[in-house]
Amino acid sequence: MTVTIDPPATRLGRLRWGLTDTLVLAGRGYSRLRAQPAEIVAVLVFPVIMTVLFGYVFGSAITLPGGGDYRNYLMPGIFMQVMAMGAVSSATAVAEDMARGVIDRLRTQPIARGAVLAGRGLADLSRALLSLAMMALTGLVVAGWRPHGNPFRVLAGFALLALFGFAMMWVGTYLGLFARSGAQADGLTFSWVLPMTFLANAFVPLEGLPGWLRAVADWNPMSAVVSAARELFGNPGSAAASWPLRHPVTAAVCWSVLIIAVFAPLAVRRYRTATTR
Amino acid sequence: MIQAEGLRKRYGPAEALRGVDLDVPQGSVCGLLGPNGAGKTTLVRILTTLLRPDGGSARVAGCDVVRDADRLRYRIGLAGQHAALDELLTGRGNLELFGRLHHLPRRTARSRAGELLERFGLTEAADRPAGTYSGGMRRRLDLAASLVVAPPVLFLDEPTTGLDPRSRLTLWDLLRELAAEGTTLLLTTQYLDEADRLADRVAVLDAGRVVASGSPAALKARVGGDRLYVAFREAADLARGAEVVRDALPSRGTGPGAGPGAGSGVGSGAGFGKGPTGLAGDATGIEIDRDERRLAVPVPDGAASLVRVASALNAAGVAVEDLGLRRPTLDEVFLRLTGADAA
Repeated sequence: MTVTIDPPATRLGRLRWGLTDTLVLAGRGYSRLRAQPAEIVAVLVFPVIMTVLFGYVFGSAITLPGGGDYRNYLMPGIFMQVMAMGAVSSATAVAEDMARGVIDRLRTQPIARGAVLAGRGLADLSRALLSLAMMALTGLVVAGWRPHGNPFRVLAGFALLALFGFAMMWVGTYLGLFARSGAQADGLTFSWVLPMTFLANAFVPLEGLPGWLRAVADWNPMSAVVSAARELFGNPGSAAASWPLRHPVTAAVCWSVLIIAVFAPLAVRRYRTATTR
Repeated sequence: MIQAEGLRKRYGPAEALRGVDLDVPQGSVCGLLGPNGAGKTTLVRILTTLLRPDGGSARVAGCDVVRDADRLRYRIGLAGQHAALDELLTGRGNLELFGRLHHLPRRTARSRAGELLERFGLTEAADRPAGTYSGGMRRRLDLAASLVVAPPVLFLDEPTTGLDPRSRLTLWDLLRELAAEGTTLLLTTQYLDEADRLADRVAVLDAGRVVASGSPAALKARVGGDRLYVAFREAADLARGAEVVRDALPSRGTGPGAGPGAGSGVGSGAGFGKGPTGLAGDATGIEIDRDERRLAVPVPDGAASLVRVASALNAAGVAVEDLGLRRPTLDEVFLRLTGADAA
């Protein structure tokens, strides 16, 4: 009845175990998704509603200063917004695990450091990709979104959005580890992520903003991500004044990598010392 | 199997542990008792690698809890105060998850999950989400999850808090079985009967220090021997009854120190804990509770005294409503050691 296990002696063995742990925990994410019909609605239906709503409501009133179709302008913005909001669901999920003592239990098990968070990240990322695919489909079929340019650039656009989503997930995870409940984590992230997505060029061109607000929006990483996606999808953009918006792809990649480089280690460190209580 | 020396931990200005020593031999059950905030959970967290101590050292299953933390995690199981389960996964799914995280091959993890479900009486509910389980089922599943690889040392932080009596009994049986199989158990509890029934040794923790340790019997002996209780049918008989009892018992120089103090009967139902009203002691150590028409007296030789007092009261024709011997409970030990009866 006793099953004895010894940790692998080699570095390679440990790495392999770390990967297995990550995959097993990512699998937990998928199983959770399957067990929660409401969550599937959130992942699949919400993005569709957003696409249609914003496309037709804002689209009916906004004309782009530089010309071009608003809905083509809008789609990269909504993609970015859904990626950014991934921070909220990551924060909530990790805070709920904390409050329930699941994190405590996982931390007393011989699991590779970081595997719990990386597994969670992988599951969250695949969720985000699912949402992205759903939105792209809606955009193409319903809202008349048309990416131009070669398919590799379009794929690169989606990859960039996913990278940004991954980065935001680490921000959410880090903040979620400070919360005492899922609801608190939601408040801790939603309250600034959502406004930030509007303080960017996602929905409206920045030309009309007052100077100081424009400076914030110009340097908002989310603006860079949206501009980069527009460029890669061949969708209309707006006149760029700041450096990040004149070099959006470089800026978006740099921002995302920077966010990961800061928040992933912070989250792992916090995870190792945080305990339920 | 578990050795701690001078463990210290502080949270800001508050000292949670102020030098805790503990020694739990292999295969034994150690009950960690203490009021809320005594440091029980902090101690368990340090021993299970969740917290680093600020001072002192501890070894569990031969591994230092700080330096060998990675190796130690292969040798311990923890069932915390919360049932640490994924509520959305099924009972089986939870156990398979933890098996996989212990690097069991998929098939082994599956068969191990099946075994544990069977043993913990959860086979029927195995494929329902854990969120739909009752409190008792959750605790059993939680315990099963901590046993996936049958660790040699198992930590249980208040394992039966919030359970109904039947679920508690079921869990106790399971824990006793584990101990019989050689698992070393350390359990924290606020329920003294739990420690009394399960633990070979009890350590009483108060304000971050171990204030007493030993077998439950040895701890009870510290509070004093048996006490004899007599309840009279008529309040008027109380004084005469006390005289009869005093005469029936061999005289000895008992002072107030021989028996537990006035507030000692907490939780036992036979309590004399009514405060000073109507209570009086005398040189033989007889305490009288006029409201309840009862008296209590410490007796050196339990059963023999009982027989003597019973026949003396009978001979004197005093109508007795209730008569009995009571051993001190762990509650009394606890209250006395932790100073909670000072109030």
